[in-house]
Amino acid sequence: MVRMSETSIPATTSTEVEPVLSVRGLRKVFGTQVAVDDLSFDLLPGRSVAIVGESGSGKTTVARMIVGLEKATAGTIIACGRDRSKPARRGAERKLRGREVQIVFQDPYSSLDPRQSGANLIDEVLRVHHDHDSAARTRIVGELADIVGLDRRQIHAMPRALSGGQRQRVAIARALATAPRVLILDESVAALDVSIQAQVLNVLADIRDERGISYVLISHDLAVVRQLTEDALVMQRGVVVEQGRTVDILDNPQHDYTQMLRASVPGPGWKPQRMRERLKSAQAAAAKP
Amino acid sequence: MSSLLEVRDLTVALAMDSGPREVITGTSLEISAGEAMGLVGESGSGKSMTAKAIARLLPDGAKVTGSVIFDGTDVLSLSGDALLKHRAEVAVVFQDPRAHINPVRRISDFMTESLRILDDVPRTEAVRKAAAALEEVGIDDPAKRLRQFPHELSGGMLQRVMIATALLSEPRLLLADECTTALDVTTQAEVMAILDDLRRDRGLSMLFITHDLELAGAVCDRTCVMYAGQIVETSVASRLHEDPLHPYSAALVQARPDITSTADRLVAIPGRPVSAFEAPSGCRFAPRCPHAQESCRAHEQILTGLDGGLVRCERATDLRGTLLDGAHV
Repeated sequence: MVRMSETSIPATTSTEVEPVLSVRGLRKVFGTQVAVDDLSFDLLPGRSVAIVGESGSGKTTVARMIVGLEKATAGTIIACGRDRSKPARRGAERKLRGREVQIVFQDPYSSLDPRQSGANLIDEVLRVHHDHDSAARTRIVGELADIVGLDRRQIHAMPRALSGGQRQRVAIARALATAPRVLILDESVAALDVSIQAQVLNVLADIRDERGISYVLISHDLAVVRQLTEDALVMQRGVVVEQGRTVDILDNPQHDYTQMLRASVPGPGWKPQRMRERLKSAQAAAAKP
Repeated sequence: MSSLLEVRDLTVALAMDSGPREVITGTSLEISAGEAMGLVGESGSGKSMTAKAIARLLPDGAKVTGSVIFDGTDVLSLSGDALLKHRAEVAVVFQDPRAHINPVRRISDFMTESLRILDDVPRTEAVRKAAAALEEVGIDDPAKRLRQFPHELSGGMLQRVMIATALLSEPRLLLADECTTALDVTTQAEVMAILDDLRRDRGLSMLFITHDLELAGAVCDRTCVMYAGQIVETSVASRLHEDPLHPYSAALVQARPDITSTADRLVAIPGRPVSAFEAPSGCRFAPRCPHAQESCRAHEQILTGLDGGLVRCERATDLRGTLLDGAHV
C-alpha cells in the first residue's frame, strides 16, 4: 500500500534529468519524539511536490531541515548536487545554500521587517548574495515586483501599509531575489482571502513556467495541493503513509489515513462525520491478526 | 416558520482615531428555530461584526442603527440582567480558542463559571454538567480534562471545550465565527458533526460564519454572502455552487481551486476586498466585477427577490444562470 520514492519518480521526464532536490532517509528526533521518520523524495527542475498532513505530522519540520533551520538526525538532503545535511562550516557555503533554496512562510504579518519597504528588503538580499551595481539592483527590484504583481508604490511601501496578500507577494519577491532553484512554500497561501489566494496561486504558476523553479508545497489544503503540484507525500505522525502522483492520491487514495483526509474535505453532498473514530476502529481492526 | 432572530437594516460604525468608520451597512437577515444560516465573505466584509452586534459584543463607542430582534426582544436596548440572559441564550464560539480562555485557570473553572455565578448552580452539580457537556462533544475522560489547564490541551480539543462551554447555558442560537478554521480538516469534520447532531437533538439555531464556501454549502440551510459590509446574496446554501445569483458569489466559487480537477489558471478576482468605509458609491463590487456597467456605478444597489433568493445586483436578471459559464476553462 505504501509506495516509496523509488517507484514514484515521475515517468514523464527522461531519467537523465538530475533532481534539483534529493532527500533520502530523512529523520528527525526531538528528545524521545520521532518527528520525521525515513522520508525520501526527488524533485526535478520545474516540478512541484506537496507534503500534506495535519498539525503535528512533521511536515514543517521537513521544510525546516531542507532550508537548514533544523539539523537532520539522520539521512541526506542533496540540493543542486551538494549535500546540505550537515550545518554549513563557512559563511560562503551558508550563503550558497541560501541562494539555492528559499522559503516563504505562512504568516505574511510576521515574516517581514516592519521598518523596511519591500524594495529595500529585496535590495539587501541582492547586495548580500550577488555582485550587481546599484542600477542593476534597482532594475531587478522592478522586475521582481512585476513578476509578483506589485506596482511601484506598493513595492516601496512599508509592510504596515500593505494588505496580507500584498505582503505575501513581497515575501515571494524577496525569496526569488536570490534566483533560487527550489522554493519552499510553507502554508504560504493558507492565510489569504479566497480572491487573493487565487491571484497568488496564479503568480506562483507563472513564476514556475518562466523560471523553471521547483516548489516544495507544505499544505493541509488539498485543493491548493491539486492546483500547484504534480507529486505528493502524505504524512501522519512523522511517517510517510502514501506517496505518488497528486492526482492519483486525491482521486484514488490508498491508505486509510489519506482516505480519511480526503473524506473530511467538504464538497457537494458532503456530510460531516466523526472520521477519527472511524479511522481508529478501522486501524484497530487491521492490527488484529 | 417564525423567526427566532430578525436583524433589520443593521448599520454599524466603529469609533476610530480618525472618526467613525462604517463596517456594516443596512444588513437584514432572519434565522428560524433549528435553522443553520451561513454567512460567507472575505476579510473586512463585516461578517464578524454582524455576529458581534447580535451578541452585543461590539467595541466601545460603536454606533449602531437598525434593529436586532431575538425571540421578540429588542436586543440593542438590553442592559443589566436582561443582557446577561440574552448572552446565555445566544452563545458565541470564536476562531482562536486560546485567545478566549484564561490560561491560568483550570478547564473546570472556565466551564462552570457562568453556571455557578449566573444560575447559582452548586459546584459539584456544575462540574457534573460540564463533564456531561464534554462527553457530548466527543471528549474521552472528561474528569481528567476538567482538571487540566488550557496549555495541556491541543487546539482541536480546546475548541471542543469552547463549544461544550457555549452549549452549557443551553443557548437557542449559536454564533460560530470561523470556529473550525484553525482546525485540521478531520477535526473540523468532527466538530461539524457534533454541531449537526446538536441542531437535530435540541433544535439549536446557528449563524455559521466562514470563508469556506464548500463548508457553508455542506452544513447550512441558507447562505448569505457579504461584501464590503452589505449582504449581496441570500439563497439556499446548496445553490451557491451550482447557480449563484450575484457576480461576487460566482467569482468566489470560481476563484477557489477545485479538489477534483486542476484548472489551467484560476479565475482570480482583480483587486482586493474592501471594507464598507472604503467602498465606492453605487455597486460596491463594481470595480472588481467583470459584468459592471455605467449604471451599476451610478446607483445604490437594492436587495431584491429572484428565484427564491435575494440579490443586490441590478443586472442579476440578465445574468441569471450564466455566471458560472466559462469557469475553469
